[in-house]
Amino acid sequence: MRLSYPADIKVIQVPCTGRVDIIHLLNAIEDGADGVYVAGCLEGECHYREGNLKARRKVTYVKKVLTDLGIEPERVEMYNLSSAQGARFAEIANEMAEKIKTLGPTPLAKDSAA
Amino acid sequence: MIVADRKPIEELLGMVEDCKKILVVGCKGCVTVCNVGGLKEVEVLAATMKIARKKAGNPLEIAEHVLERQCDREYVSQLGEEVNDYDAVLSMACGVGPQFLSEMYKEQSFFPAVNTTFFGGATQHGVWEERCAGCGTCGIHMFGGLCPIARCAKSLLHGPCGGSSNGICEVNKETECIWDSIVKKKMEAGQLEDLLGVKNFKSWKTARDGGPRRSIREELVQGNI
Repeated sequence: MRLSYPADIKVIQVPCTGRVDIIHLLNAIEDGADGVYVAGCLEGECHYREGNLKARRKVTYVKKVLTDLGIEPERVEMYNLSSAQGARFAEIANEMAEKIKTLGPTPLAKDSAA
Repeated sequence: MIVADRKPIEELLGMVEDCKKILVVGCKGCVTVCNVGGLKEVEVLAATMKIARKKAGNPLEIAEHVLERQCDREYVSQLGEEVNDYDAVLSMACGVGPQFLSEMYKEQSFFPAVNTTFFGGATQHGVWEERCAGCGTCGIHMFGGLCPIARCAKSLLHGPCGGSSNGICEVNKETECIWDSIVKKKMEAGQLEDLLGVKNFKSWKTARDGGPRRSIREELVQGNI
């Protein structure tokens, strides 16, 4: 397909989105990421039964933490797609990149050492 | 176990607003089990505070440490004098933790990061309920295994009050009337007459009313057995 997606997105592979923890998302924000999104399998299709559902709950928790700190919760998102949906992957990447561009750089940037 | 809730982030940030370098100390005891002050929660709190302070343009350096327990001096001593290298220390243990820390490291300021709430257990994942008031003279067996001291809003010992309605306490619609449950349980077991007997006065000397309590086990004080 040779689809392209924004080059400013860094992909971190995990065996299952159930592996993604609250601290990973917070650390990304703390280290200066403008946004973080988790791309899990379609709901109901998790190979480990509910890894993607757990990931969504963690994303929801981090959104609440960011809201409490006065940071836009939209900087963290959860998406679900199948590994066969290459076009959707590129679409989500573009969508998230656009959203972050609209929100602007992280409010932590001025002091971020990372 | 002892159950606690983490304090709101604004309150915690306010406690250390003048600090540049703090230590967050978790506990692997009760607060780990009730998901409020163990390793994970220490990491999340530290990251959250660092994000908040970076956003405010006033970065905060945070070290993390989790003790086996904060209610035993052997473990508290593991922190060592380096505890004084920080501007302040946040303890994520129950109310016992910051006190044991304060008693051992007199020059440091310790802040509680959680509100200690009650002795209880998890009734479902993420929900804890009070079960014990620590009154010091347990009589649960007299009430079908359900404690009216901890679970009745009035700690009544002789049956429900007029505020009991359809098994619910008037104090809160989410609270069962424990006396309703006690009576029902005894009726189902055919042991209702157990509740009719005259009970001795409840001794409150052993409860908190008598001031701070101390439990001494002579055989342990004298040495290991």
